[in-house]
Amino acid sequence: MVVQLSDISRDYQVGEQQVRALRGVSFAVAAGEFVAIMGASGSGKSTCMNILGCLDRPTGGRYLLDGVEVGRLPGDDLAALRNRKLGFIFQGFNLLPRTPALENVELPLIYARVPAAERRRRALAVLEQVGLAGRADHTSSQLSGGQQQRVAIARALVNQPTLILADEPTGNLDSATSAEIMALFQELNRGGITIIMVTHEAEIAACAGRSITFRDGQILSDLPAGQGRA
Amino acid sequence: MIELWMSVKIALRALRVNKLRAFLTMLGIICGIAAVIAMIAIGAGARQVISEQIASIGSNLLLVLPGSTTAGGLRTGAGSAATLTMGDLRAIRAEAPSVALAAPTVRGTAQIVFGNLNWSTAVQGTTPEFLEIREWPVVNGRPLTQTDVDGTARVALLGQTVAEQLFGAEEPVGRLIRIRQVPFTVVGVLERKGQSPQGSDQDDVILVPVRTAQRRLFGGRTPDSVNSILIKAVGAEALAAAQEEVTALLEQRHRIAPGKDRDFTIRNLSEMLAVSEQSSRTMSLLLGSVASISLLVGGIGIMNIMLVSVTERTREIGIRLAIGARRRDILLQFLTEAVLLTIVGGLLGIVFGVSGAAAVSRLLGWPTLIAAEAILVAVGFSAAVGIFFGFYPARKAASLDPIQALRYE
Ligand SMILES: Nc1ncnc2c1ncn2[C@@H]1O[C@H](COP(=O)(O)OP(=O)(O)O)[C@@H](O)[C@H]1O
Ligand SMILES: [Mg+2]
Repeated sequence: MVVQLSDISRDYQVGEQQVRALRGVSFAVAAGEFVAIMGASGSGKSTCMNILGCLDRPTGGRYLLDGVEVGRLPGDDLAALRNRKLGFIFQGFNLLPRTPALENVELPLIYARVPAAERRRRALAVLEQVGLAGRADHTSSQLSGGQQQRVAIARALVNQPTLILADEPTGNLDSATSAEIMALFQELNRGGITIIMVTHEAEIAACAGRSITFRDGQILSDLPAGQGRA
Repeated sequence: MIELWMSVKIALRALRVNKLRAFLTMLGIICGIAAVIAMIAIGAGARQVISEQIASIGSNLLLVLPGSTTAGGLRTGAGSAATLTMGDLRAIRAEAPSVALAAPTVRGTAQIVFGNLNWSTAVQGTTPEFLEIREWPVVNGRPLTQTDVDGTARVALLGQTVAEQLFGAEEPVGRLIRIRQVPFTVVGVLERKGQSPQGSDQDDVILVPVRTAQRRLFGGRTPDSVNSILIKAVGAEALAAAQEEVTALLEQRHRIAPGKDRDFTIRNLSEMLAVSEQSSRTMSLLLGSVASISLLVGGIGIMNIMLVSVTERTREIGIRLAIGARRRDILLQFLTEAVLLTIVGGLLGIVFGVSGAAAVSRLLGWPTLIAAEAILVAVGFSAAVGIFFGFYPARKAASLDPIQALRYE
């Protein structure tokens, strides 16, 4: 199992009030799966993704990533996990402004202490993989939304992660571009990469092999979806 | 921790994105360092002049002057009493063990004539020891000798100013001049001394044998008296002892009862110079601290801009954290940016400070002195300012919550 969540809860204290964003979530994701997480706004999808991404710690429960219990690891170890095992893709792309695509893609390798020449070689290779071979020198403002998301995907891939986490990756894209990005995801998944993706569009979720639906911080359903690999 | 070089590169990229802002931020440091460098240079220049003047006077010196004396209820003015004599001089030489050398001065102003040129200057009657005490070599001709003194010879040594005024490019040695109508032979010309600490021209002087001055020029009613006695102690540590010995000796010779007013005063010239050196040190310290305040203001400017920058780049920080940067990496990145700003600013400041000091020298004629240490201190100081004022913003950046930072608009 790549991911194993057991009875995960996450409470936020807002003033006097306690917001229970997650209340006892348990699921496991095997290597090579493509999972869509669905649910209404505020149902706890992003909170769950943040915990999966080691950006946040659960209030209760156990989280095993690649067999390692993440809950008690110190901050630097979490940073290393994010760097080596995880790749993030965001709704808003989150590329560095005024920075060429190539350097954006190289960024995780910098923090992995990869030497400059190899960094460049690997970054160019993933840019080619996502279909942006000729755009290495373009900055965000010179790229379309779909292209920016491809740069972000290249950045997530460059360190050969075990797990890709995508929070509404098509949320800012038109439907044609969304379909292209989903095709890319499916291709990557066929190549063996595990993907967990948040979306609230059924069409997008249909690209995944399994869909988990959240409601009020709990899992409502966990079903195999139409196409994709099971 | 990513290598320093990498964070320097990241920092350079971040600074390049907003060049004008980076420059304006640096301007504070540039001005601060330039001011510090220039002020230190001016202060050091002034101190160097003073220490050169101290060297020109000679070291371990006491000056004995006739003091005001009360005789029968009447107080005469200082120096007017003819209380110091050649006898006192001989006694000091013979009986004060801490005194290495002593020389008399009989002083007056006189009109000097050579051919159709004339010049009014100070004429000083003294003995050969005077040149030794003042460490004042003769550059042309010969010094005074004891034979000149004993034989009341009409010979004169010229200071550089007098030599230039009367002879210009001509050779003065061997020529005849008239001092108060009395003919004297020029036997030598003294080395240039420059200004005294009081600002007078030390080279505007003529030296003649003391007895010649007493008998031929300024003696008058008391041909044995002298205007002052210059004393060199055997060493710096013997200065106080010499002063005591001379005081005791003169009190005894002048029959001054214990507790009564003395008819002479002894000045410690070295002490007076030390005071003027101290005051110039204080002055440069003052200038330096005023300049340091501008450096401090520059540092606050750096902190201000770095805080703005951290806020502006909150999302970037979130991205970096999500991608695997450790908090230390973020801290180092922002600290490097701040230090880079101050070091580059510091280097430019040194350039401007050095050229500013050179301009002051050229335009105002002030002496300036740029010490290598001052420059090293300036570089170290600007790096320290960067670290000090960059640390808080950098720590703020490093402690951001990645989730909040990623959501930041
Ligand atoms: N930092 C936070 N502080 C307080 N409450 C939060 C915070 N983050 C999320 N929440 C709350 O937790 C719940 C789940 O939010 P989220 O996981 O973002 O939902 P989704 O991504 O499914 O829209 C919401 O009620 C939200 O208001
Ligand atoms: Mg969300």
